[in-house]
Amino acid sequence: MKVIYTDSLIIGGGLAGLRVAIASMQRGFDTIVLSLIPAKRSHSAAAQGGMQASLGACIKGDGDDEDVHFADTVKGSDWGCDQDVARMFVNTAPKAIRQLSAWGVPWSRVRKGDRDVIINGKKVTITEKDEAHGLISARDFGGTKKWRTCFTSDGTGHTMLYAMDNKAIQLGIPVHERKEAIALIHEDGVCYGAVVRDLVTGELIAYIAKATTIATGGYGRLYSVSTNAVISEGIGTAIALETGVATLGNMEAVQFHPTAIVPVGILTTEGCRGDGGLLLDKDGYRFMPDYEPEKKELASRDVVSRRMTEHMRKGKGVESRYGDHLWLDITLLGREHIEKNLREVKEICEYFLGIDPVKEYIPVRPTQHYSMGGIRTNATGESPTLKGLFSAGEAACWDMHGFNRLGGNSVAETVVAGMIVGEYVADYCAGNTISIGTSTIEHFVRTEEKKISDLLTRTYGENPFELKKEMQEIMMDKVGIFRNGPDLEQAVEELKVLNQRARKIALRNRISSSNPELVEAIRVPKMIKMAQCVAYGALLRTESRGAHAREDYPERNDRDWLKRTLTTWKDEQADLPEVTYEDLDVMKMEMPPGSRGYGVDNTVHHPDTAKREQEVEEIKANNPGADRYEMQELLNPINIPEKFKGKNERIGRGFK
Amino acid sequence: MSEQERILKFQIFRYNPQRKGDKPRMVTYEVTEAPGMTIFIALNDIREKQDPSLQFDFVCRAGICGSCAMVVNGRPDLACRTLTSKFEDGEIKLLPLPGFELIGDLSVNTGNFFRAMSERIESWIHDQYADEVNYDQLEERMDPDVADEIYELERCVECGACISACATKRMRDDFLGAAGFMRLARFAIDPRDKRSDEEFYDVIGDDDGVFGCMTLLGCEDYCPKDLPHQTQIAYLRKKMAMVR
Ligand SMILES: Cc1cc2nc3c(=O)[nH]c(=O)nc-3n(C[C@H](O)[C@H](O)[C@H](O)COP(=O)(O)OP(=O)(O)OC[C@H]3O[C@@H](n4cnc5c(N)ncnc54)[C@H](O)[C@@H]3O)c2cc1C
Ligand code: SF4
Ligand code: FES
Repeated sequence: MKVIYTDSLIIGGGLAGLRVAIASMQRGFDTIVLSLIPAKRSHSAAAQGGMQASLGACIKGDGDDEDVHFADTVKGSDWGCDQDVARMFVNTAPKAIRQLSAWGVPWSRVRKGDRDVIINGKKVTITEKDEAHGLISARDFGGTKKWRTCFTSDGTGHTMLYAMDNKAIQLGIPVHERKEAIALIHEDGVCYGAVVRDLVTGELIAYIAKATTIATGGYGRLYSVSTNAVISEGIGTAIALETGVATLGNMEAVQFHPTAIVPVGILTTEGCRGDGGLLLDKDGYRFMPDYEPEKKELASRDVVSRRMTEHMRKGKGVESRYGDHLWLDITLLGREHIEKNLREVKEICEYFLGIDPVKEYIPVRPTQHYSMGGIRTNATGESPTLKGLFSAGEAACWDMHGFNRLGGNSVAETVVAGMIVGEYVADYCAGNTISIGTSTIEHFVRTEEKKISDLLTRTYGENPFELKKEMQEIMMDKVGIFRNGPDLEQAVEELKVLNQRARKIALRNRISSSNPELVEAIRVPKMIKMAQCVAYGALLRTESRGAHAREDYPERNDRDWLKRTLTTWKDEQADLPEVTYEDLDVMKMEMPPGSRGYGVDNTVHHPDTAKREQEVEEIKANNPGADRYEMQELLNPINIPEKFKGKNERIGRGFK
Repeated sequence: MSEQERILKFQIFRYNPQRKGDKPRMVTYEVTEAPGMTIFIALNDIREKQDPSLQFDFVCRAGICGSCAMVVNGRPDLACRTLTSKFEDGEIKLLPLPGFELIGDLSVNTGNFFRAMSERIESWIHDQYADEVNYDQLEERMDPDVADEIYELERCVECGACISACATKRMRDDFLGAAGFMRLARFAIDPRDKRSDEEFYDVIGDDDGVFGCMTLLGCEDYCPKDLPHQTQIAYLRKKMAMVR
């Protein structure tokens, strides 16, 4: 049995994983990163649009600060987020982006003077301030009050990931590539690492660590059409679930992005609409202002996706052999802008659709995009139930996104969570020792070995590729943008059957070393369990909140549902997870629940909401001299590592 | 897009070094073409329906991550964004990218190569004060054009096409290769990197570096991100010649 010991084991080499690794390495702990692929190929590289941070340097970001970013984030989450975490996040995001700037990201910069932009379908000239020249610029994104999304032309994720990985290489952090974590090793409620399969040789290796961090990204590939990379299969989240100890949070919260191309589901960034692009129907008519007169195309993602679906249901979609779609029109932005700031979009249109978006409309449809749910952690990033297990990035439900995340807040989360959680991981490494016996390690390795040898010896059984396809179709058809009781019940029943069938997978290619069919066979049963967590959670949640939209329960119901879904899978033989709930405490909210300002407000209010609103007003009235920092301290005191406590400077207002 | 169904003929290099006694060979597979089919879609179809042992690498399947470079009818290219309709006779021959360690079939190990490249040219900002920066304060300003220029050179996705297409690299194992020059040029124009020309010279000022290049420019022809290799190699040479 091969065993590798380290202090800090990080599963996942995307932005979040690498940033945690950098933090623990810089604090002097032995650190290893595991990844399915070379780190620079992680899905983070695909983020084109940008990263939110309230720098307020560009003129359209004037007046922006942590408080405005906080309000946008909480509203965006439909009050489903953890407001402490959202606070930690918005206060740290400006530092994160500035650090990345020092590490090499060539953020697009403000150029002083006039420039033409498209706002609400019209050309407008804006004038950037002289004193902002050369500072980091920002573009408009959905659901934000200010232009806050910082970017590098059209390759934000790419440049962020390259800078991050380069920093990791500088620090000598080893990244063990083509390694897949397939089970966590734990004992008495403490996690000690993972059983890892070498994807080339097939060897199983036990990685034993003081702290284990899962940063494996989202679970978009539970759906048949997704903007996510093909490796975004949620295996890291699944192995946490399979411990039966760690909990997953809000698994039913799945975001659909309004503009992925039809049929393949490749994303065209929100930057297209942020920069002025429009959505048109089959008559070439701009329909969004009819539904959302204020924010139009730039309403929050969940809202735009639903409005598009509604409009298509009215028969206004463009018919095609792949079903109905709508048009994204960026022709009005002009060639120069598209070739510089939306070049990746142009390439995608040329290569995959054979069209030129400078002259032609792009066929788009809402498509699975982001996983708000994931491994439940507390504000330090640690699992509340499995000590020593941390999680960060899209894999985690740290919970700054609640039921809908804002565009640009995700890559920002990866880095900010990486910084903050990374410090707590290092603290944990400093305060704990590895106290696990070899026999326990052996037990976990043998269990996985046995599962694999069963797969390799069974001569007759289910085809893993088929099972996966069926699962993806169920999720797409019955657990999609709009949900309802009967469909969800059916999905749950069908997934139960799939879960049974997944116990009887047999392979055609029966070798233990590099073998794509075996990889699939190991993953698919885990994915089906994850899918069931999503479907069952969606069935039980009888309200609509953010991206979870129930046709049979259209109202947001704070009275009964202002709570986070917690899912565990304790009994390996069961076909359903156990679901419990954790209340969000209205009396601690800096921003008590209100209306997001889309459509009709039919919220069923929580009994504490009015009480807390009044309390907030009183606190404000009683402290007339308090500045915004003192006020935040009074309303929402947060705990954050000492090094991130400083105030952030902005032009024109210093540290105010 | 033609409505008529075509049968595509894929000739694919097969060899699994992990399997004792396995020998390199070409195997032919037939696939019914679908509208908008890419090599990514076709290869998955073959794996799912015909041969589940077939190895290849895709991650983003959108031409962004650089995982899927392979030799398509003699040309290194990103397979995920190559439409099958492009090939008139419907015959597509696929080989793994040469110049890299073979993992199996169409999958090669680019990861260790590019990590070594990054270590060799120290692909990070060199500034002894970088870790003392106070991130609460305004970031250091940068000319907007300079930022754009750096980004232009940073668009390399480490796909390896330029390395596999390089005649010099084939003769000289330690030759840095075009992706390395591009990365170095990116840091050379970055005002945040405080390395002097002499320090850059130490990295690329010999025949394994920029003076070894025979200017055959396979790199420029095949780079899927259309990076300006010729211009950058010339720029680095001029810069290095001045140091000499
Ligand atoms: C097309 C697209 C565009 C986007 N654009 C934006 C944007 O403009 N702005 C924004 O804020 N967000 C955007 N997002 C979202 C954002 O990119 C992701 O949420 C974020 O990058 C996730 O980063 P991560 O570090 O959590 O995970 P990832 O970058 O997905 O990394 C996951 C890592 O885990 C590894 N891994 C996975 N499973 C295992 C395992 N079992 N064992 C070992 N290793 C494993 C993988 O190899 C990989 O290294 C976009 C997403 C998509 C799909
Ligand atoms: S320079 Fe071009 S061809 Fe070479 S690795 Fe980078 S993207 Fe690929
Ligand atoms: S799979 Fe990412 S570039 Fe082809």
